[in-house]
Amino acid sequence: MVRDGRRRWLRRALLVPYAWLLLFFLAPFLIILKISVADPVVALPPFTALFDWAASGWDRIQATFDNYLFLFQDRYYATIYLSSIKTAAISTFLCLLIGYPMAYFIARQPPHRRGLLLLGIILPFWISFLLRVYAWIGLLNTNGVINNLLQWLGLIDQPLSLIYNDFAVYIGIVYSYLPFMILPLYANLERLDSSLLEAAADLGARRWRTFVDVTLPLSRPGIIAGSLLVFIPAIGEFIIPALLGGSDTLMIGRALWDEFFINRDWPVASAVSVVLLMILVLPMMWFQKVQGREVEDSR
Amino acid sequence: MSHEQLPKKPNAAEPWEIEGTRPLVEIRGVSKHFGDVVAVEDAWLDIYEKELFSILGGSGSGKSTLLRMLAGFETPTSGRILIDGKDMTAVPPYERPVNMMFQSYALFPHMSVEQNVAYGLKREGVAKAEIADRVAHMLDMVRMSRLAKRKPNALSGGERQRVALARSLIKRPRLLLLDEPLAALDKKLREHTQFELMGLQDELGITFVVVTHDQEEAMTLSTRVAVMNDGRFEQVGTPGQVYEFPINRFVADFVGTINFLACKVTSCEGGRAELESVEAGETLHARLEQPREPGSTGWLAVRPEKIFISKERPEGDSRTVLRGVVEDLGYFGNLSVYRVRLPSGKILQVSGQNRVRTARKTVEWDDEVFVSWDVGSAIVLDE
Repeated sequence: MVRDGRRRWLRRALLVPYAWLLLFFLAPFLIILKISVADPVVALPPFTALFDWAASGWDRIQATFDNYLFLFQDRYYATIYLSSIKTAAISTFLCLLIGYPMAYFIARQPPHRRGLLLLGIILPFWISFLLRVYAWIGLLNTNGVINNLLQWLGLIDQPLSLIYNDFAVYIGIVYSYLPFMILPLYANLERLDSSLLEAAADLGARRWRTFVDVTLPLSRPGIIAGSLLVFIPAIGEFIIPALLGGSDTLMIGRALWDEFFINRDWPVASAVSVVLLMILVLPMMWFQKVQGREVEDSR
Repeated sequence: MSHEQLPKKPNAAEPWEIEGTRPLVEIRGVSKHFGDVVAVEDAWLDIYEKELFSILGGSGSGKSTLLRMLAGFETPTSGRILIDGKDMTAVPPYERPVNMMFQSYALFPHMSVEQNVAYGLKREGVAKAEIADRVAHMLDMVRMSRLAKRKPNALSGGERQRVALARSLIKRPRLLLLDEPLAALDKKLREHTQFELMGLQDELGITFVVVTHDQEEAMTLSTRVAVMNDGRFEQVGTPGQVYEFPINRFVADFVGTINFLACKVTSCEGGRAELESVEAGETLHARLEQPREPGSTGWLAVRPEKIFISKERPEGDSRTVLRGVVEDLGYFGNLSVYRVRLPSGKILQVSGQNRVRTARKTVEWDDEVFVSWDVGSAIVLDE
């Protein structure tokens, strides 16, 4: 009886986040979807309406797939999507490479020290994201801190070109999104039953072998969660390529900006974002499936 | 394994009684400190081949730390551990001829039953065909062949326990360590598994060291028991020695149930002592193994099953007889437990077999009764 009552309450409580998502995620998405099937016009707003009330029957719906066709016909967009995926994938991999040892190290510390180390990971969030990315300009500039330091040390004669290229974009993305990799990995590794590691050692596995056979497979949910948390925002990242990237840095976020605000072609811009969403939905669905199986297994 | 194949106890002298037998495990003055906390202090112990040795103690007694040092998960602060004559003190766990069954079983959740059991052999580099053979045989032995493809999470507690046992035995270790092997099982399964463990140990001839807090478990399983308290061994001996001849109050109290009466030695002659006890309200007698100074204090200890309860005064002058009133009474079917209050207010626990088939109780609440025991049944212990 009591449990039933609590269930009902839980269901009611869940309505709030669902209503929130419906309002602030689904509604804007539908608007974008609507714009993506419109024609661009020079007007305010700069696209045709979905319904033409003057016509009759099916003709009232004024939907066109020309924008999507355009995306597939123009090689430029394919290049930009692939380039964004590549940038996001490499950044995710670098985050994993740097973040895994850090998460592992923190999880192996005595509990009183873990809190402090985690605070160090979260601390950058207290400063505005834009400011932190902007600060990298000061560091990477031809006349910036790093070049000056290297020249002063006599390691280089000419300043290195560290900024306005893909290198700077990777630095920016890895720096900004590393905490999103570390936190889920830490949450996973911290829960790892140390007696499993002892059991592996007891059965003849050295430390590296134990890591490969036990720790790594059991931390897979953490790896997947962290990777998605980095990959998804990285693929549509706008500020970092805009501030640190060069003119040849191709990323979908910049293409979107250009379509919206320079070309003022809202329908094509909307189509670009709908396709981006479709690209991102696939890995998320895969993650959901894997996670569901993981939960089933650990029951 | 079935109940008909109860392990045969050897009739020959036990290995620890034969002069010059090399022990399989030699624990020599081992201590382990965690910062200021002393987990194990100056432990000396020999464990012989094919023994089923139990380390019995409460939580925090240091028994698990000692086991972890045998497995190699902890390094002693001082002292040495020898296995098979070789110094193992600094040898890492993956190089010891020792395997452990963990209290939580520590089965790898991402591997099937089969893969779990095969893991030790895989790490040893055994050929694939041989691994398959040995795993199949081992799973057969613990009756888990049917569930070989399952993941540990899809198994019951008893099934997991058997997989854990199979996994720890597959490498045929010289020494198997078992950390509270039966603690996670329910009572019926525990009794059954106890006999299975004993049978398996006898069949394979592997030395078992069991850590447990359950004195009943230790008594039924073991060839010998070490009672641990505060990081030290209080007593090491056969279950019979530890139960009937405890060397101090702690051991007597920890192993089984026992009554203590505070007393003072008034005279001691020829192994027979006369004791004065306020709690008993009478002069008591006891046989002593070692003479005691007249005037020294101690505890007269008697086990409940050694005490006889009756409504008439029992005959015979070799018995200690006290009067009391039945304060409480518990009926367990096969036996009854009485709590008898002496005139001093001291409560004695008495247990009696219900030998006669009757639904009527011969002794009732608030009955005036006599409790008595043979002088030889009582022992005198130090503080």
